[in-house]
Amino acid sequence: MSDRLNVLKTYKLYVGGKFPRSESGRVYEVTDSKNRWLANAPLSSRKDARDAVVAARKAFGGWSGATAYNRGQILYRVAEMLEGRRDQYVREVAEAEGLSKSKAAEQVDAAIDRWVWYAGWTDKIAQVVGGGNPVAGPYFNLSSPEPTGVVAVLAPQESSFLGLVSVVAPVIATGNTAVVVASEESPLPALSLGEVLATSDLPGGVVNILSGRTAEIAAPLAAHQDVNAIDLAGADEALARELEIAAADNLKRVLRPQPVDDWSATPGTDRMTAFLETKTVWHPTGSLGASGSAY
Amino acid sequence: MTMEKRSSAFEYAPAPESRSIVDIAPSYGLFIDGEFTEAADGKVFKTVSPSTEEVLSEVAEAGEADVDRAVKAARRAFEKWSALPGAERAKYLFRIARIIQERSRELAVLETLDNGKPIRETRDADLPLVAAHFFYYAGWADKLGHAGFGADPRPLGVAGQVIPWNFPLLMLAWKIAPALATGNTVVLKPAETTPLSALFFADVCRQAGLPGGVVNIVTGDGRAGAALVAHPDVNKVAFTGSTAVGKEIARTVAGTRKKLTLELGGKGANIVFDDAPIDQAVEGIVNGIFFNQGQVCCAGSRLLVQESVQDELLDALKRRLSTLRLGDPLDKNTDIGAINSAEQLARITALADQGEAEGAERWSPACEIPSAGYWFAPTLFTNVTQAHTIARDEIFGPVLSVLTFRTPDEAVAKANNTPYGLSAGVWTEKGSRILAVANRLRAGVIWSNTFNKFDPTSPFGGYKESGFGREGGRHGLEAYLDV
Amino acid sequence: MPTTAPPAHALSDVTASDGTLRRFLHGLPGVDAVGLEARAASLGTRSIKTTAKAYAIDLAISMVDLTTLEGADTPGKVRALGAKAVRPDPTDRTAPATAAVCVYPDMVATAREAVAGSGVKVASVATAFPAGRAPIAVKLADVREAVSAGADEIDMVIDRGAFLAGNYLKVYEEIVAVKEACGTSARLKVIFETGELSTYDNIRRASWLGMLAGADFIKTSTGKVAVNATPANTLLMLEAVRDFRAQTGVQVGVKPAGGIRTSKDAIKFLVLVNETAGEDWLDNHWFRFGASSLLNDLLMQRQKLATGRYSGPDYVTVD
Repeated sequence: MSDRLNVLKTYKLYVGGKFPRSESGRVYEVTDSKNRWLANAPLSSRKDARDAVVAARKAFGGWSGATAYNRGQILYRVAEMLEGRRDQYVREVAEAEGLSKSKAAEQVDAAIDRWVWYAGWTDKIAQVVGGGNPVAGPYFNLSSPEPTGVVAVLAPQESSFLGLVSVVAPVIATGNTAVVVASEESPLPALSLGEVLATSDLPGGVVNILSGRTAEIAAPLAAHQDVNAIDLAGADEALARELEIAAADNLKRVLRPQPVDDWSATPGTDRMTAFLETKTVWHPTGSLGASGSAY
Repeated sequence: MTMEKRSSAFEYAPAPESRSIVDIAPSYGLFIDGEFTEAADGKVFKTVSPSTEEVLSEVAEAGEADVDRAVKAARRAFEKWSALPGAERAKYLFRIARIIQERSRELAVLETLDNGKPIRETRDADLPLVAAHFFYYAGWADKLGHAGFGADPRPLGVAGQVIPWNFPLLMLAWKIAPALATGNTVVLKPAETTPLSALFFADVCRQAGLPGGVVNIVTGDGRAGAALVAHPDVNKVAFTGSTAVGKEIARTVAGTRKKLTLELGGKGANIVFDDAPIDQAVEGIVNGIFFNQGQVCCAGSRLLVQESVQDELLDALKRRLSTLRLGDPLDKNTDIGAINSAEQLARITALADQGEAEGAERWSPACEIPSAGYWFAPTLFTNVTQAHTIARDEIFGPVLSVLTFRTPDEAVAKANNTPYGLSAGVWTEKGSRILAVANRLRAGVIWSNTFNKFDPTSPFGGYKESGFGREGGRHGLEAYLDV
Repeated sequence: MPTTAPPAHALSDVTASDGTLRRFLHGLPGVDAVGLEARAASLGTRSIKTTAKAYAIDLAISMVDLTTLEGADTPGKVRALGAKAVRPDPTDRTAPATAAVCVYPDMVATAREAVAGSGVKVASVATAFPAGRAPIAVKLADVREAVSAGADEIDMVIDRGAFLAGNYLKVYEEIVAVKEACGTSARLKVIFETGELSTYDNIRRASWLGMLAGADFIKTSTGKVAVNATPANTLLMLEAVRDFRAQTGVQVGVKPAGGIRTSKDAIKFLVLVNETAGEDWLDNHWFRFGASSLLNDLLMQRQKLATGRYSGPDYVTVD
């Protein structure tokens, strides 16, 4: 063992493209599976949640208005950046989830591949779930998916990194912006993800990452009138019900928690479509002339 | 030669549709398990014709026990119905579509009597769309594996459906057709003020030979609806109605596994640019807010007109409103029928009065209001700003609030400045502007250079507090499938 | 420059040059074809019954420009037409006379004689009807001949070639010249041949062009092409005369011609008039039907209303 003392990282939140401490000025102790101290994580308050929503809303216009190709490029860039810091995440995931190095590496590799999967989806989902509708009249009629808006995401509690990526990437792939509440016990990989996102050309505010007590942060998010949707993946049954009731106040789209045995399984499109609206535009086609035939 | 001129040159003589085509029984029971049955506690309520206040019939009022009975019947029927080959389910729905076409005149008159809307609309809009909706979803029943929801998507089970009074039979079609096509069974609660067409639909099911329990109709008020939504053995809840009730339902189903779709209120903006096809825009505005007396969730209730054409447009609009014919809904020349209920009339009246009190300028064309029934003259408010109640609250009546804008950006900002997001209209001859504006509007249905067009193939539903889920089209299947 | 001063009204300066005229016409609001046709179809569902129907049928009869425009027209044919215009239903003297008979210029004198003293007008197509492809001098001579032979009304065709080529001022000046040739005694109907103009935007522009040039009537068609009067193009022209009067105070008539054959169709057109331009146009001074077979159907419907029995073609006169 070397005599040199490690330089420890101060873990911070990721909000609006910046790395602030919690507004509360408070932290909580994060330990590994054997209860050894790993770091102090920011204990986010409801004001942090509010700030994150403001940042996410501000970013929504630009991100949803970016071309799908551009969003795909950026998501792919996230994968590239993660690949470069693979070892760091393998260590963090191993510590957070008590996994062997090889098991943790599987998780990280799957998470990197997941970004690649969603990078490819950005400019295809509209073709898969949208399309023209053959209405019985002289109208052009097209349905297209559009992002719902600001999505609060309660990341899965157990799968601190692959689970996190699996719920965040589909939300932003389609143009939503996200306020993410990291796994309460294992927030460090999530907080580190912010560092990668910040260097991947992802505009600030598109993803905002908070650590702390899930129930405490989730309550103001579920009740927030400027949040359009909430993914309850990281909530237990009782909390999920409570949040779903709060979410009804402005009719948020709610994705209820579902048991996930294996986050590495190939995802379908459900996590994208859960946060998409369908917009249908009508326009008269009419005839080429007043003289009868349209052809 | 000279013609003798009348005071009003061309007065249309009354042209009433014959009422005798529909035979309304003095009383109706609940339709459960293929039989008409009284409510467990024997309660009944009256349904009246809004244009005359005449009592049309007495209808059973379902209580919790009745709702439970209906859900059990639907559950029993589910096993066989869902196991039926899709092609067989399809044929039942095709039968229903055909029978509705055959009986469309009767059903149109019935709907006009019970709802108060003009026969012109029930005949030319409601009924053709009802039949078309069943036709459309009939064809999906054996093609679900091709709909993009996996190779063999499964039905959810029992669907509890609660529908409003503004398009009683059409909303029934929007709910029942996709539910049955996907293999679900149904308990449907029609609105308290318009139960009759749903009960006639029960008879259509009988004629079609639909197995008992596949469709159950429970009439009653909000309590019956609440009991249905809360019933533990319901797997799917679909509601069309007010945003307030929609939120209540969302709370009720919270923490359950019930799948929920909501189609709620709106405050649609109809945006008219200075280069609009002005005569067609006027028609679109009229169609947008006076269709069905404005009792339409996707009504274009806010007119956003570019300031530079405001005067020209308003002159044309007022001139056009003066030709609207208000009166007997059964008269084929009636454009504006009765308001559906005294309660709704009171709400419209109160909001219009508030508009006046808040300083907006009120205008209505000269029109004679019948002495009996519930009526409200077509009404236009000018000098309205975003801050006025009538620019924010859904009035659900023939009341148009006129606001102005200067630039496309401002138009979009004002149009989106509402908790609702159901519909919007854009009028301009410039194609790129249509697409740019449509792109930025946060609403589920955008009508450009048209308004209030509906089609079974076209998904319908809202953003934000206008609800979630889509009805119509391939998208409409999702609400009833286990995906 | 126009050969004569245009009518003095608020829009007189738009015809100052080809450029101003083009800018004005292209600045008119566009027409959405689907919306226009939907509105026309919706008005077509009005149900006109009993007393309203009786009124409408008589009004329609009084608005007919009873027309024969065939190469085979003879004085005998024209005299028969004139007699029918004056007394459409020989069995029922209460049936109103038609508004006019409409013939080629060389038949004007014969027609004049046939309707003498009845109040029925004589209208004559002119300006090298129906194609209008003749030198301006020939067209004007055509008009002057008809007027001097006693025509009360001249139905001219515009130069569609010039219009479609964008030479709006040429079309305008020709109408102004024809109007001048009509003098004070003859009213001028300007035929656009809407089927050849093809688009509704063109029909709206032509309507304004015609009215600016002094048309007393704007008329859809010659009856000689595939698509003639339709509810939609007539609705559009009714909107134009309505708007023109609102802007200038000048009222202009409308004449759909060709393809209107049944009473049901005619009544639909009257509904269009009633609910678009308004009751001021519900008079044969301001609205006409260019038709021939329509009259017999109106008469049969009139007999049905009077007797309660359906009539048949043997109870009305062949033309």
